[in-house]
Amino acid sequence: MYSDYESIISRLNEGRLWDFPGGVHPPELKELSNQDPIANIEIPDKLYVTTKQHIGVQGSLSVEVGDLVLKGEPLTKSTNPFSVPVHAPTSGRVTAISPHVSAHPSGLPELTVQITADHKDKWCPLNPILDYQQKPKAKIVEAICNAGIAGMGGAGFPTHIKASPKKNIEFLIINGVECEPYITSDDRLMRDHAWQIRQGIDVLVHLLSPKIVIVAIEDNKPEAIEAMQVACQENAKYLVCSVPTKYPAGGEKQLIQILTNREVPAQGLPVDVGVLMHNVGTCFAIADAVFSGKPLVQRVVTLTGAAFRKPGNVWALIGTPISHLLDIGRYKAKLQRQRKLIMGGPMMGFDTLSDDVPVVKITNCILAPDASEVAAIGSEQPCIRCSACADACPASLLPQQLFWHSKAKELDKAQEYNLFDCIECGACAYVCPSEIPLVHYYRVAKSEIRTQQQEKDQADKARERFEARKERLAREQKAREEKHAKAAEARRQAMEEKGNGAKDKIAAALARAKAKKQQAESANAVEPAEQIASTQDTKKDKVAMAIARAKAKREAAKKTEPKETITDSPAEKAEVADSAEQIKKQKVAAAVAKAKAKREAAKKTEPKETPTDSPAEKAEVADSAEQVKKQKVAAAVAKAKAKRLAAKKAEEDKSK
Amino acid sequence: MTIVSALIALGILALIFGLILGYAAIKFKVESDPLVDQIDEILPQTQCGQCGYPGCRPYAEAIANGDDINKCPPGGEATIKDLASLMGVEAKALDAAHGEEDVKKVAFIREDECIGCTKCIQACPVDAILGAAKQMHTVIEDECTGCDLCVDPCPVDCIDMIPVSETTSTWRWQLASIPVKQVS
Repeated sequence: MYSDYESIISRLNEGRLWDFPGGVHPPELKELSNQDPIANIEIPDKLYVTTKQHIGVQGSLSVEVGDLVLKGEPLTKSTNPFSVPVHAPTSGRVTAISPHVSAHPSGLPELTVQITADHKDKWCPLNPILDYQQKPKAKIVEAICNAGIAGMGGAGFPTHIKASPKKNIEFLIINGVECEPYITSDDRLMRDHAWQIRQGIDVLVHLLSPKIVIVAIEDNKPEAIEAMQVACQENAKYLVCSVPTKYPAGGEKQLIQILTNREVPAQGLPVDVGVLMHNVGTCFAIADAVFSGKPLVQRVVTLTGAAFRKPGNVWALIGTPISHLLDIGRYKAKLQRQRKLIMGGPMMGFDTLSDDVPVVKITNCILAPDASEVAAIGSEQPCIRCSACADACPASLLPQQLFWHSKAKELDKAQEYNLFDCIECGACAYVCPSEIPLVHYYRVAKSEIRTQQQEKDQADKARERFEARKERLAREQKAREEKHAKAAEARRQAMEEKGNGAKDKIAAALARAKAKKQQAESANAVEPAEQIASTQDTKKDKVAMAIARAKAKREAAKKTEPKETITDSPAEKAEVADSAEQIKKQKVAAAVAKAKAKREAAKKTEPKETPTDSPAEKAEVADSAEQVKKQKVAAAVAKAKAKRLAAKKAEEDKSK
Repeated sequence: MTIVSALIALGILALIFGLILGYAAIKFKVESDPLVDQIDEILPQTQCGQCGYPGCRPYAEAIANGDDINKCPPGGEATIKDLASLMGVEAKALDAAHGEEDVKKVAFIREDECIGCTKCIQACPVDAILGAAKQMHTVIEDECTGCDLCVDPCPVDCIDMIPVSETTSTWRWQLASIPVKQVS
């Protein structure tokens, strides 16, 4: 059921609020630490500023080891909208930039800027925006971003993103509920600095223009309610609401349900139901950033638990190692059964693994319970299906089903039971009579699912890249083949062109030869050469020419030496088939002709070389231009041989 | 006569329902994933080729055609289990002939030793190595699947496979860290 604005306002004015399902009432134990105002403490010698203290993207470092930094100087910068810088919490020297134990349940080292304080605490030049109402909203949002403000209620979501929503806001809720036992940092902040919190709210109202502002405070903090009422009384739009004490009323979704009866959808954000929520600490930091230009370099930390001799709230610089705070609170280790220092509250906090863990922007409490406060390490008993956890769950989940599936690693089934709607408030584990650490099981299952999801995303990416690569290789292969084919084509074309040129030359040569032959024929009155036009067909030409030659030769032979015709013509015809063999055959033919001629001459006993020579000479004349050279060579060789032979014969004859 | 009219009525009804069902079968047909895609979905996509096939998809095709499901060392037991339940066969132990399950690693090029031969770039199945001829190469860590294929081709052995270190964002809550006492 979605309540409309008017009905919500009328009920709020009547003081009748709604409720969220489940919830528990653990002992509050707030009076332990909320008696004194927030104390200023001395600056520790060394501060460890983790470079990423918010949800989102880490910025890049803008300082180097050895740099002198002033208080408030940014240590990181980023252009990513999901990033906020961290600042030097005090003036001093950067002595190391290295991994340092982190304020995380794992305690895994994270990149940290180590600053050795010079104890002068000198501020860098500040740029306050005093007339913020005249300045464009983007300017103020930028100032909030540059001040490094991230949600100080616990999630650490960059505030500037929540200060510039795309949707209309009906309700701006200022969360001062602080429902976890022990913690009193927001309580003390409201009591001591209500005025500045209101200034921060003013800035947010200017940015968001909501219809109404609700400051929600649990009714176990009457002083804080009073202080905020006094601070907000001038503005009718500001409504201070006292919320019944119940854990976890301070959860974002739960508080929205209490105040507006609207439920934030499972995958949605409060803005989807027209609500935006900021923590009181965030409002204080916004006021600091806008009106004095100071970035977020300190926060209120509650030191509480019976193992602290001097519990209370302190202004701790971001990066203060908890060992320093333990000294301030006069922590007595021997009051504890074993070392147990919880960062955060008893319900949602985590055990720190080292005294060097630094305070970060979301650290609201250091809890050091003594032996009487923590139960002996419980022994997990089997689930008895009492369903007390289901009654306590503020998100209306079925914790025992989730537990069952988480334990059995049936992660898909756990997701079917909406595991990710679990806010890990710990109410179920608190009421469990079997002392089952239910939330731990959920966390394990959640991180398992996240890891699997991450692996799957990575696998998908790898698959995509692999397939893209395969495609690329195929494409390249194809392109290469195409290129090769093209090159081959070009080569062939070039060859053809060249071939054509050669043919043309041949044709021209043929034409020339023909002309010559015709002249010769007309002069000699021999049989006219065949009528062949200049053609590209070399073979035909050759054949024709060869025939012509042969005929011419025959004619010549007939004239001079009729006997030779028979022997000569077949040799000449063979020439047609192969020009390479031509020379040989020519030689043979010439030799044969000569031999015959010689025999004739010998018979006549009048050795006359001229007639034997003539057929070769004549053939030469009739030859086509392309064969002139070969012919000549052949003829020359033949002549030489014939001469030699003739000389030999003559000598022999003579000697005979 | 009554029997005939009853038969006719029933026959008409049967015809109508038959038509409705037939239409529904066509209209609301559910396209199920082909088997190869489903198998490919399970495989870890390292494209390492340890299974003997050139990539995960070819192995998926081979499994669909009846090859063993225990040839994927990067996937390990979990992948074998998933494949077994998908294929409806018994889960087997990982075939040691194809390698052993190992922690996730990424390749790292010792950049001052790199001679810029581009051999690793050609070997990388997911194009996760950046560089050019005679220029230093480097591995894009986020894209590296840790398949090991770039190590062998390197002529100067400047590629190391480094186990991925845990960060706060990849850290998993461990049940072992919960003080759980066994019920006797």
